[in-house]
Amino acid sequence: MMAYALRRLLGAIPTLFVIVTLAFFMMRAAPGGPFDSERRLPPEVERNVKAAYNLDKPLAQQYLIYLGKLAHGDLGPSYKNKDFTVAQLIGTGLPVSARLGLSAMALALLLGTFLGVNAALKQNRWQDYSVMGTAMLGITIPTFVTAPILTLIFGIYGISLFGHEFSLPVGGWNGGALANMVLPVTVLALPQTAIVARLMRGSMVEVLRANYIRTARAKGLSVPHIVLGHALRAAALPLVSYLGPALAAILTGSLVVEQIFGLPGIGRYFVQGALNRDYTLVMGVVICYAALIILLNFVADILIAFLDPRIRLS
Amino acid sequence: MIATGQTLKAVEEVKGRSLWVDARRRLFQNRAAMTSIVILALIALLALLAPLLSPFAYDEVNYDIIACAPNWWPAEASCRAAGHIFGTDAVGRDLFVRVLFGARVSLAVGLVATLVSLVIGVMYGATAGYLGGRADTLMMRLVDVLYSLPFVFFVIILMVIFDRNFILLFVAIGAVEWLTMARIVRGQTLSIKQKEFIEAARAGGVSPLAIITRHIIPNVVGPVMVYVTLTVPGVILTESFLSFLGLGIQEPLTSWGVLISDGADQMETAPWMLLFPASFMAVTLFCFNFVGDGLRDALDPKDR
Repeated sequence: MMAYALRRLLGAIPTLFVIVTLAFFMMRAAPGGPFDSERRLPPEVERNVKAAYNLDKPLAQQYLIYLGKLAHGDLGPSYKNKDFTVAQLIGTGLPVSARLGLSAMALALLLGTFLGVNAALKQNRWQDYSVMGTAMLGITIPTFVTAPILTLIFGIYGISLFGHEFSLPVGGWNGGALANMVLPVTVLALPQTAIVARLMRGSMVEVLRANYIRTARAKGLSVPHIVLGHALRAAALPLVSYLGPALAAILTGSLVVEQIFGLPGIGRYFVQGALNRDYTLVMGVVICYAALIILLNFVADILIAFLDPRIRLS
Repeated sequence: MIATGQTLKAVEEVKGRSLWVDARRRLFQNRAAMTSIVILALIALLALLAPLLSPFAYDEVNYDIIACAPNWWPAEASCRAAGHIFGTDAVGRDLFVRVLFGARVSLAVGLVATLVSLVIGVMYGATAGYLGGRADTLMMRLVDVLYSLPFVFFVIILMVIFDRNFILLFVAIGAVEWLTMARIVRGQTLSIKQKEFIEAARAGGVSPLAIITRHIIPNVVGPVMVYVTLTVPGVILTESFLSFLGLGIQEPLTSWGVLISDGADQMETAPWMLLFPASFMAVTLFCFNFVGDGLRDALDPKDR
């Protein structure tokens, strides 16, 4: 087990290497540079600035310099956000994005599993159809439609609950206050909840037909006991392999959600950075996201081995 | 002797039902899928005939009727524009014709990008599966690596590099969507290449390229078709996502993503600007998903 884990972790290095290389050369293929602006700099100044950032050297040499620094954990300075290093920017943005993404993921997994299991238990009845119909809606309506609609309903019009009128903040982070997180997390979690519910229903329907479930029923176990104690473990397998793609989708979605709700996460840096040719910032964010996804895929593989005794990791 | 001959003749006359005939019959019986196909055909027809259906041009600006509601709009509105059945947008362009022109772009992106992913994915997957061994391991390892890339980020970088080039949008999305296709095709190929008819072809001296294109690819059409119908809505969503970030189609051309993102800005004062493009897009994605599910049920009945 340990040997497998170690090998998988080492295997992530070439993957990261490919990602870094691809991102580096793609970024450089773009016309324009970080110091092209409306007001052109005097030639000497421009030359000096470029020399300071090693941008005057041949591309291959720049690549090697970047790799060398990266190996020491140095992501370099941001070209556009003066006085900040990429590591600092990611350091302030990542906690926001991570909290947003992980909350959305947790919400999607819990709610999706609950809905999917219930749909499977009531297969081909109205409960099933309504859950699956809603799930289809959740998959087909993009986040940038749900975000303004939910904002309008809960943020601007407000809701009345127990005789109290209140409304949720429509944007801003406010130090990660719960009220500020409700809308973005919900919007981010909705499509994933739908996918999780569909996956869960599919595998649960299959598992509930298995012989050992029939035995459990024949023994007279209650439905919650059967589901939680026997069926869920087997039915959760496809879900676990979906964790990696789910995280990728949530990270992608957070680009939009961070923009709509004005949250200071790293998704915003990415789009800005790409448009401004802020090479190092874009590279930093891509590496960061890729590392997160690789890590989660790794965790998912280990988790599957724990859940499924048929799989031997070697 | 005569009796046997007659029996034989009778057996011959029973029409064999191929897998495809069976599948088609099952698909025709699936009401949700058939309705979806009809609706999709209608939307495509509307998109094709867009210039004939409206007296207004898609880029015809009219500053007298900015963000006006259609005449029949039930709620209160600051102004109404006669003749514009979906109302007008923020610079007074007819929303109906813009939604249809958006449909052209969104559907075209969906279909072309899917086609690109289809060609790359099928060739790659079939080659990897057919060659097997070390070549297969290496090729699929590359797919694994690419899988763990946050691919939308690469599309964004590509769009920035090529300055929002319209054609490149198709290619860029297609070039990142082929991975799943390659996996599916490879899996199918691995099982097909064990079959006798491949062995026969190889024994007959058919070249590997001909075996892949003439014998293997025709046999993976089923699962590939299902996946194609599910890829198209995914691509349409990706395009709208890019447009929302301001990296998609450029004005005055438009796509559903652009229209939705414009509409979301003005949702409070002019809800029709969000409602119409969003519902067109949602209905289209819905239909593609239903067709995909229907095809899967038709081609693989054990999964129902």
